[in-house]
Amino acid sequence: MTLSFHQMLSRISFSVLTAIIGIAFALPLLWFLFAPFNARAELGLEIPAVFTLQNFYTVFENKFAMRGLLNSFIQSVGGVVLVGISATLAAYALSRSDVPGKKSITYILLLFSSVVSGSAAMVPIFLIISSLGLIDTHIAVILVFAGGLLPTAMFILRDFIDGIPKSYEESAMVAGASSMQAFRDVALPVIRPGIVVVVVWAFVNIWGSFLIPFILLRSDELMPASVAIYSFYSEAGTPIVTLLAAYALIYSFPVISLYLFVNWKFGFRFFGGIKA
Amino acid sequence: MASISFQNVTKSFGDFNAVSNATFEINDGEFICLLGPSGCGKTTSLRMIAGLETPTSGRIYIGDRDVTALHPRDRKISMVFQDYALYPHMNISDNISYPLKVRGENEATRGERAQEVADVLKIGHLLDRLPAQISGGQQQRTSLARALVNPSQVYLFDEPLSNLDAKLRLEARGFLHHLQHSMGMTSVYVTHDQAEAMALATRVAVMDQGRIVQFATPMEIYRKPATTFVANFVGNPPMNLLPVEAMVADNVLKVRAEGLEVADIPMQRSFAEAVAVNPKITMGVRPEHLRATAEAENVVRGKLFANENMGAEKLVTIERPDAARFTARIFTDDDIILTEDVALGFSSKHITLFDADGNRLALDDE
Repeated sequence: MTLSFHQMLSRISFSVLTAIIGIAFALPLLWFLFAPFNARAELGLEIPAVFTLQNFYTVFENKFAMRGLLNSFIQSVGGVVLVGISATLAAYALSRSDVPGKKSITYILLLFSSVVSGSAAMVPIFLIISSLGLIDTHIAVILVFAGGLLPTAMFILRDFIDGIPKSYEESAMVAGASSMQAFRDVALPVIRPGIVVVVVWAFVNIWGSFLIPFILLRSDELMPASVAIYSFYSEAGTPIVTLLAAYALIYSFPVISLYLFVNWKFGFRFFGGIKA
Repeated sequence: MASISFQNVTKSFGDFNAVSNATFEINDGEFICLLGPSGCGKTTSLRMIAGLETPTSGRIYIGDRDVTALHPRDRKISMVFQDYALYPHMNISDNISYPLKVRGENEATRGERAQEVADVLKIGHLLDRLPAQISGGQQQRTSLARALVNPSQVYLFDEPLSNLDAKLRLEARGFLHHLQHSMGMTSVYVTHDQAEAMALATRVAVMDQGRIVQFATPMEIYRKPATTFVANFVGNPPMNLLPVEAMVADNVLKVRAEGLEVADIPMQRSFAEAVAVNPKITMGVRPEHLRATAEAENVVRGKLFANENMGAEKLVTIERPDAARFTARIFTDDDIILTEDVALGFSSKHITLFDADGNRLALDDE
């Protein structure tokens, strides 16, 4: 196949353009991979002359930062469990039962959820949590996140469950299963890929958030990693780049491994129904 | 096995009556087909027997138990769904034996029973596969196996063959017929395919707009359709219907229409009554009773509209001056030559008459 000069030129310029855009996005990632292993890392990208783990040793000695990772884990897992279970049950009920106005329930909740977890509602949320006496507890963070994420999780899952034929549970019930057995044996396994998506999404949301824990928590022992990361700033407010980079890499590790695990185990695809 | 009884059962969805005041009995061991176009209430009726819908009013009995408000699990029924409803995460063996699992059978018994039933249905070699890994026909048989694995009082079928291709459907239909004959199970079978209903049923309930129009044996439905709706729904192609003008004279009935020559029909009581009310009645003749000849007791004429070759027979359709069409099924062995104008002949004994409201006019000796 021969190409005309024009076609050649347009292909070349297209490739060059995409390469430039690709590089622009790849640079921060490269920095993110190299800087933690560089004893003299700066904000500029630099391939370290000597790869060292010294940055990590220093980070591991920072008790506050390590405790922060554990706190993030507690809050994320707590939130994910609460969101996962409640969203599954709520979405199943909203999809399968004849609740009048069930469509509008989901939409109104969805509308308000962006308010709940947004900064606009911070003052009322603080006041509510405060009057509940939950300020400075993991429970407070978990509850607020669950409230903010549930409507969207319910919305995603309800849509997912709507796409699954009712005849699955009906055939189970005719076969002799109670409604609960039909849910557990038949519906739940079919919905599971949808639940996994919601769980990953909720985990990433809570793991990466800063504002809510920052406002609701007081004591250092409870602060999550997103807040603890500020212990790698000097008192003048300038980051200690080497430690910050190392800590950031550790901080991102659970999210990346979660994605890889889910992708390996579930493949991020849906069972769906059998083709009719 | 058990009988089923509907007593004044009505099911409404809002203002819409899916089933209106249905009362009928299904005897022990019968194979009943609920036949009708989509939206006629046949599937709703079936789902009420299964307990997946609750009647708005009326009562349903299985045997002598009132099951109207009973949960599906307690009704001792089996059901085959139109989409098969095979559980995608379970292999074929677990799918088939699920009814035994929820009844607390141990794993060894479940495996054994699944193998037994699967062997009968010739899917015994597929037990380790997932539903997505087998063909549509095999999925259909898996869902049948799941219905048969646990002895039930009543077997329900919701258009189980409608997702199969034509050849497979005929094969499965024959198998179902054989199965029902050898097991004598009480079955209710929903279909919109009249051929399926005729082939399988001991009795057929033809439904239209939530009502049972006729409930009779397939032969009776074929020979004596209660209304023009039934006549038009049963038979392939359905009965030819022609609006005619009727007149009573000298104790015979004369019918008239353009391009139609019909001999005098011996008078019946029902004819006289119908003509007295409204002389515009309907005459019906089945396509298989028409021959391509003008030398017959009765003749209908028209322009050739279509001539479809089906192999053993051909379908000859003529269009009449009033734009009504008449189709004849003619053996291809009878070599006929068709010109633009076609005359189709038929015998007087094959005429069915309907009054102005579409109800069949009975003969006096019926």
